[in-house]
Amino acid sequence: MIKAILIFNNHGKPRLSKFYEHYTEDTEQQIIRETFHLVSKRDENVCNFLEGGMLIGGSDYKLIYRHYATLYFVFCVDSSESELGILDLIQVKVFVETLDKCFENVCELDLIFHVDKVHNILAEMVMGGMVLETNMNEIITQVDAQNKMEKSEAGIAGAPARAVSAVKNMNLPEMPRNINIGDISIKVPNLPSFK
Amino acid sequence: MPAVSKGDGMRGLAVFISDIRNCKSKEAEIKRINKELANIRSKFKGDKALDGYSKKKYVCKLLFIFLLGHDIDFGHMEAVNLLSSNKYTEKQIGYLFISVLVNSNSDLIRLINNAIKNDLNSRNPTFMNLALHCIANVGSREMAEAFASEIPRILVAGDTMDSVKQSAALCLLRLNRTSPDLVPMGEWTARVVHLLNDQHLGVVTAATSLITTLAQKSPDDFKTSISLAVARLSRIVTSACIDLQDYTYYFVAAPWLSVKLLRLLQCYPPPEDAALRSRLTECLETILNKAQEPPKSKKVQHSNAKNAVLFEAISLIIHHDSEPTLLVRACNQLGQFLQHRETNLRYLALESMCTLASSEFSHEAVKTHIETVINALKTERDVSVRQRAVDLLYAMCDRSNAKQIVAEMLSYLETADYSIREEIVLKVAILAEKYAVDYTWYVDTILNLIRIAGDYVSEEVWYRVIQIVINRDDVQGYAAKTVFEALHAPACHENLVKVGGYILGEFGNLIAGDSRSSPLVQFNLLHSKFHLCSVPTRALLLSAYIKFINLFPEVKATIQDVLRSDSQLRNADVELQQRAVEYLRLSCIASTDILATVLEEMPPFPERESSILAKLKKKKGPGNLPDIDDSRRNVNGNTEHHEPTETTNKSPPSLMADLLPTNRPRPASSSPIMLSAGTMGSSHPFTDLLNLNSPPAAAPSLLVDVFSDLSAPASVEVSEDNFSRFVCKNNGVLYENQLLQIGLKSEYRQNLGRMYVFYGNKTSTQFLSFSSSVTNGDALKGQLIVHAKSVDPVIDGGAQVQQILNMECVSDFTDAPVLNIQFRYGGALQNIAVKLPVMLNKFFQPTEMTSQDFFQRWKQLGAPQQEVQKIFKSQHPMDTDVTKAKILGFGVALLDGVDPNPANFVGAGVIHTKDTQVGCLLRLEPNTQAEMYRLTLRTSRDSVSQRLCDLLSEQF
Repeated sequence: MIKAILIFNNHGKPRLSKFYEHYTEDTEQQIIRETFHLVSKRDENVCNFLEGGMLIGGSDYKLIYRHYATLYFVFCVDSSESELGILDLIQVKVFVETLDKCFENVCELDLIFHVDKVHNILAEMVMGGMVLETNMNEIITQVDAQNKMEKSEAGIAGAPARAVSAVKNMNLPEMPRNINIGDISIKVPNLPSFK
Repeated sequence: MPAVSKGDGMRGLAVFISDIRNCKSKEAEIKRINKELANIRSKFKGDKALDGYSKKKYVCKLLFIFLLGHDIDFGHMEAVNLLSSNKYTEKQIGYLFISVLVNSNSDLIRLINNAIKNDLNSRNPTFMNLALHCIANVGSREMAEAFASEIPRILVAGDTMDSVKQSAALCLLRLNRTSPDLVPMGEWTARVVHLLNDQHLGVVTAATSLITTLAQKSPDDFKTSISLAVARLSRIVTSACIDLQDYTYYFVAAPWLSVKLLRLLQCYPPPEDAALRSRLTECLETILNKAQEPPKSKKVQHSNAKNAVLFEAISLIIHHDSEPTLLVRACNQLGQFLQHRETNLRYLALESMCTLASSEFSHEAVKTHIETVINALKTERDVSVRQRAVDLLYAMCDRSNAKQIVAEMLSYLETADYSIREEIVLKVAILAEKYAVDYTWYVDTILNLIRIAGDYVSEEVWYRVIQIVINRDDVQGYAAKTVFEALHAPACHENLVKVGGYILGEFGNLIAGDSRSSPLVQFNLLHSKFHLCSVPTRALLLSAYIKFINLFPEVKATIQDVLRSDSQLRNADVELQQRAVEYLRLSCIASTDILATVLEEMPPFPERESSILAKLKKKKGPGNLPDIDDSRRNVNGNTEHHEPTETTNKSPPSLMADLLPTNRPRPASSSPIMLSAGTMGSSHPFTDLLNLNSPPAAAPSLLVDVFSDLSAPASVEVSEDNFSRFVCKNNGVLYENQLLQIGLKSEYRQNLGRMYVFYGNKTSTQFLSFSSSVTNGDALKGQLIVHAKSVDPVIDGGAQVQQILNMECVSDFTDAPVLNIQFRYGGALQNIAVKLPVMLNKFFQPTEMTSQDFFQRWKQLGAPQQEVQKIFKSQHPMDTDVTKAKILGFGVALLDGVDPNPANFVGAGVIHTKDTQVGCLLRLEPNTQAEMYRLTLRTSRDSVSQRLCDLLSEQF
């Protein structure tokens, strides 16, 4: 089974962490750091598998990862999962390509500002540490359906709330449009072409 | 269509996130977060009810803060409230919060479970999915308790939507993993198997995962899945990509499902049904064939998907291990990958080959790739790949190529990554030993190992080489010569000094004939290393010196000078000082004969499993994974499993424990003070003279007698060896060790008892500060009162002192008091604890009665809790007179002529306690043919019946 799914950037800042086994907050953070340490020191063209760090369970577990532009996608799995299968799961069918479709050229910022959406998409493909769905179309259909539902709800019931928040926002000195995106403004053009 | 447009969403959240991102320092970030946390807290606590949107926004903020590594200790309640919202978005964020943040907080779990229950019953597939996801993600025991019976129902219900079925299957799988005892197997199992025929491939995939796990636990229940899985697999493999449109992934038909099905089949042996078997073989062949076809796409995804299936198929072939042609084909195809430009494939190929190497059919085929693998070791840039190459070399090693492989591994060791050096060292040591035809090669290899990677050579490795040298006399001379030469190196590793010291100490005489390695040269060589070594090594060297004195009388004076120097005799380290003093004295006063006996050559070590192997196994981890990997690991984890030497799979003896005295709990009495008392010579454990105190196979009995004093237990483990002997008698020896004997005499009247305890000093030395006391455990307090009279604090050598214990039984009891004894012997404090044989039956008064009375009372005590019965196998020969004596000793009256069967024994008595009296009837029925007894006890108190039955049943 999948023990954890971690996404962090080139500096080790976590962008998504999902553990399918219970750890304390501290341990989770340590695992993220340890994993980042293991993965980030590896060259670009070495293989995508390595033995897990001590915290996650040592050599009984494998880290399977991919590096896209500014982000590392790491799955920690036990030996009941097919390595290439998981690699594809990250790449394709699923995760990255789906994110890409949902966000139109996904970039790190999208993950930051839409934590909930990313979790939703992840939930459509992995559940409780097991792979739920590997068909991208199916996943996108589900996500679309949810978005529609969200929109329709927002349409009726959300109107007053949105009005209120719009008024509030008028007083904000800094609008979100001016967000300084600094180091992560690099867009990933056409993601699937990366290996 | 973009599913998410970037403008909408929660503005407050976006502002907060960008604030955080603009923070210049960690402090600023923490400050901003604390401010936000305070804000959210006040909002949640505020009087104004928050609308769903705000709740959602704040919960999102909390999630983000949590992701940054800050503790979130509130907001759980708000998240739970969101669960009961009717709006999807709010419900969804509530579930998200809970599955990320909730731990087993029991109050909340109940509320959450309630919300989940509502959603599961809602018949709204989206809500049901959210609920199932939450159960699977949290997977706690409480949830399993609440839903384990509900989910199978959803899974097999005819009207459940496909996506819900999928989630339900995986949710059940998750619960089965976390709390298998709570998931009931039932009639649904058969229907789950039929999900393999489902139209929807997503459902089939999820069901396959579930069945794989269930089948590992109870293979028989899911046997029917084999044929269905093979059929499904065959349809996928031969499909033309049309019917699986959605699940065709870069021109490969349903790779994920194929992998899962192949995994499922690995839970079972090859199908017995011939037709099924040939169909499966056909599938596997097709997969192997397809892998050889030219790629339909240049994309890496295509080859990944194709190879994922291929590797899994090969795993299945290896698992079945029955089709030689397939195995050899698999090996050849993997061989092609060994030089593939994709690093991932090289890695996986090496890994799979490891398992192939252990099959007898393909072992030879794997061996043909040895050059490629060795090359990989040398040229591969990636350490994980190199590690696999080492594993494979280890797996493919046999007698024919051992020398080559060991040599390659040794040369790789010089440049290997630090992280894997220790493992390589262990592997080299094992291979060298296992395939050594010629033990000189073995000795050379290990010495090389120490030279190249001394720091990574664990103690097990050098212990092992010494064991082997000692046990094989054909190699001893060579070993002595080689270590002697190796020690000449200007900088040699401490481990080499240890091996050198030990071997020269034992076998230096074998090379002493040569003037270049005369005794004095040997000694000077060893001693030149002495000052650079750590304390344990120095201790070992000192022992080697005393052995030298025995081997070579001509260097005695030189060595005595060394021992006599202040740096030895007054060394700050107790162990070194003690050794120096003792060895010096020994060499001065002992006659040559005694010296020769004491310092005799070590006897051979008992044959045992290589401790190095045990260490490697430990290092590799036990592989205690709950899933399919268990079976896989058996196949590929233990590559050495077919070697005859390792079939003894008993618990590996720790060499540490039986070889190294420094880690052995030494009897406290071997402390230096004892020596000043002048007992030296008779009391030092010379058996472990050279740090190897493994029980010598043929130790001279003299030594054992002289030194056996010392094994007095220093720990205070409560001894109860003789406890049960006193159930039926009152006098005897309760405890005895080399120093002390404890005897007992006791008498009981009604609820009172008196016990005389005799302490005998078996040595010729005084015991000082002698004291003994009786302690009652918590349960026993108030049930039994024991008053111990004081005892003389000094016991002269050979003398005996007496202590009187008065006892009163207040109510019935089961525990026994503990007698604690403390005294000083030769300066060392001794602690002994013995369980005092005071049992409930001691307070019996026998009662004679007629047959009629007996049966009347027997019937009165007829309530089920008053009777305790035990049927047990006889431990001793079944002799009527002995049995009678035991029953009388137990304290009851033996009633003749009561039982219609004269072979049976019937007894009656009354237990007197201060509070009450408990009448007691017993019946013992022997069955001489079956050598069994049936013991029945009836008393008016169930605890008394139970205790008496336990006590008495141990006696026969």
